[in-house]
Amino acid sequence: MDQLSSDQITHILDTAEQLRSVTDRPIKKLPTLRGRTVCNLFYEASTRTRISFELAAKRLSADVINFSADSKSSVAKGESFKDTAWTLEAMGVDAIIVRHGSSGAPAQLARWVKASVLNAGDGAHEHPTQALLDLFSIRQHFKDFEGLKVAIVGDILHSRVARSNVKGLVTMGADVTLVGPPTLIPAQATSWGATISHDLDSVIGDVDICYLLRVQKERQDEQLFPSLREYAANWGLDSRRQALMKRESLVMHPGPMNRGVEISADVSESPRSIILDQVSNGLAVRMSLLYLMLGGGEPASEAGGEQL
Amino acid sequence: MSEWLLKGGRVIDPAKEYDDVADVHLVNGTLAEIGPTLNAAGAELIDAHGSVIAPGFVDLHTHLREPGREDEETIATASAAAAAGGYTAICAMPNTDPVCDTSSVAEKVWALGREVGLVDVRVAGALSRGLDGAVMSDIGEMSRSAARVTMFTDDGHGVQDSLFARRTMEYLVAFDAIYAEHCEDAALAAGGQMHEGDRSAALGLRGIPAEAEELMAARDIALAKLTGCRLHLLHVSTAGTVELVRRAKAEGVRISAEATPHHFTLTDAALETYDPLMKVNPPLRSVEDVDAVIRGLADGTIDAIATDHAPHAVEEKDQEFGYAPPGMLGLETALALGITQLVDAGHLDLAKLIEVLSVKPARILGLDAQGTLEIGSAANVVVFDPSVRWSVDASSLQSKSRNTPFHGREVLGRVMHTFYEGRPTVLDGKVLSGATSDRFDDRAKESV
Repeated sequence: MDQLSSDQITHILDTAEQLRSVTDRPIKKLPTLRGRTVCNLFYEASTRTRISFELAAKRLSADVINFSADSKSSVAKGESFKDTAWTLEAMGVDAIIVRHGSSGAPAQLARWVKASVLNAGDGAHEHPTQALLDLFSIRQHFKDFEGLKVAIVGDILHSRVARSNVKGLVTMGADVTLVGPPTLIPAQATSWGATISHDLDSVIGDVDICYLLRVQKERQDEQLFPSLREYAANWGLDSRRQALMKRESLVMHPGPMNRGVEISADVSESPRSIILDQVSNGLAVRMSLLYLMLGGGEPASEAGGEQL
Repeated sequence: MSEWLLKGGRVIDPAKEYDDVADVHLVNGTLAEIGPTLNAAGAELIDAHGSVIAPGFVDLHTHLREPGREDEETIATASAAAAAGGYTAICAMPNTDPVCDTSSVAEKVWALGREVGLVDVRVAGALSRGLDGAVMSDIGEMSRSAARVTMFTDDGHGVQDSLFARRTMEYLVAFDAIYAEHCEDAALAAGGQMHEGDRSAALGLRGIPAEAEELMAARDIALAKLTGCRLHLLHVSTAGTVELVRRAKAEGVRISAEATPHHFTLTDAALETYDPLMKVNPPLRSVEDVDAVIRGLADGTIDAIATDHAPHAVEEKDQEFGYAPPGMLGLETALALGITQLVDAGHLDLAKLIEVLSVKPARILGLDAQGTLEIGSAANVVVFDPSVRWSVDASSLQSKSRNTPFHGREVLGRVMHTFYEGRPTVLDGKVLSGATSDRFDDRAKESV
């Protein structure tokens, strides 16, 4: 998200808007990327992101290859990341969509291959397509990002979704507050242009959007907080806290949810929740990115360079 | 009879505060004369006008990789790299395979170094067996072996168990040996990939806080006071550690410290491209830390520049950042980085640079024949031109590995000639052939 200006983000979202209508047609397919080959290179287990990218590429008539490997087992098997990249390059792949547990892997990949590289999530670094689909979803409800108050709640420290969303939201002019226990928020996050709070109750009544992050059980094992129960009591969004929210405000979550921890079941299914919209919008945003990177009309430079 | 006459160079011997244009006469391995316009019929002449003549450099911290990883570096290739960098002595770190924790390994490494004959290969022994941090290695035997080990360290790891650290320091006192620490609290640094700060937070890489180094430095200083043991802090990288050393020295603690060229040249900004060549432990720190390290070198808080020369195979560095091993080459770029970053930038004068590259590290290791231009001593001499501008080229290094973070960087100052015990090991920038033969490869060829 570092590479994108607000104009570029707007262009990506506008394009997604146009492409979204395809999804509503009886024949959900455009010929734009016919003859192009897109590879999903996933070194980390993922269902929703991989399926979303696969479907997006197929809706644009691209040929899709899926290559999934657990990072660790792939290392054990012996073929290096670089050799895999070169193999795909030799097969003439036009774009590589990469998900990797190691931060920076897409940046390294982009130096090794000529194909376009799209980051589908790297370590605790970035998940730019998630941020873009979140911006798209927000834009469906709020005309302007300027001055929009967004709280991102939870495990900021380990979250690539948080990093990309802070960058995207700040670039678009929103006010971002990161909320959670100090053990889950890097102190340096203020340099991202966000403010930090450890008290959800003092923030919740003021926000337009409450964006909840998944809190993994292993964080309790690492002693980043005493128990999931205590986490939920302090930083979980339940119906009591939801009642404090402004009337037009929204609840978002990148999924998969830990119901009963960061979000209660009733909140996740409340009218405020646009969690499922986020999923369907993901498809349109990913179509938009593939179209802009590989499509005939728009050069890849529209998206700020080969690697996104 | 071998005689060399180095004509018209700027002779700098910081030990004697000597700095004058003079000729240097080497006869049969010893420094025979230093003076203006010497004549020596029969001596081979070297024109040193415009160059500096100084005692050969001494590296306190070199990873030779032999035994165990001869694909990455051998005692022969590391010796050649050292000679090319102006070194006449290096100190081998013990984290080889097998670990240098017995006198037999120490003597073997030392003897192989002598066989290669390009530099004096000194050996640091492990503090603990197999670097396990729990059971003492054969400290006394290594100390009294032919290798005469004076420095002991578990480099690569910090000693986590404070009682083991205390006992080992107490034991080392019997041999007046040095306890050298890689200061790193393992729990605080666990999983760390780079310096903890704004950049690690933004890059999504687990940080290694400066405190992981400083806590152990503070503990070791306390234990050195308690035990009276000589303490040496390896690769000091943070402002806090520099300050701890400064205070300890003021209190009279027997402590010395080293810093690497990369820690006074590069900052964590270099990590932004996720280039594994920039991954090193301790990690590249903040601008403030770099400034503190430079001030520490300038005011004598840090005694020595040590390279932490750490060769790695191409395929090991060509991995995802998270999987690549930490470490950088250093022997062949140390002088140039010192001149470029410290002297040319106005922080140190040339005499001070030579002091931290040669005089002080030689004293720390107790090497009487090194770090001096005393008449009658062994002729360990470097001749370098401080004004030559050149570009670092990884492919032309003597080292067997290529993992320099400085490839393509323009630097100032180049080694022209190196003499080890009166014999040239480098002439006109070229490591002398024959001397560079790679023993390990030769042996492999013979067996074919």
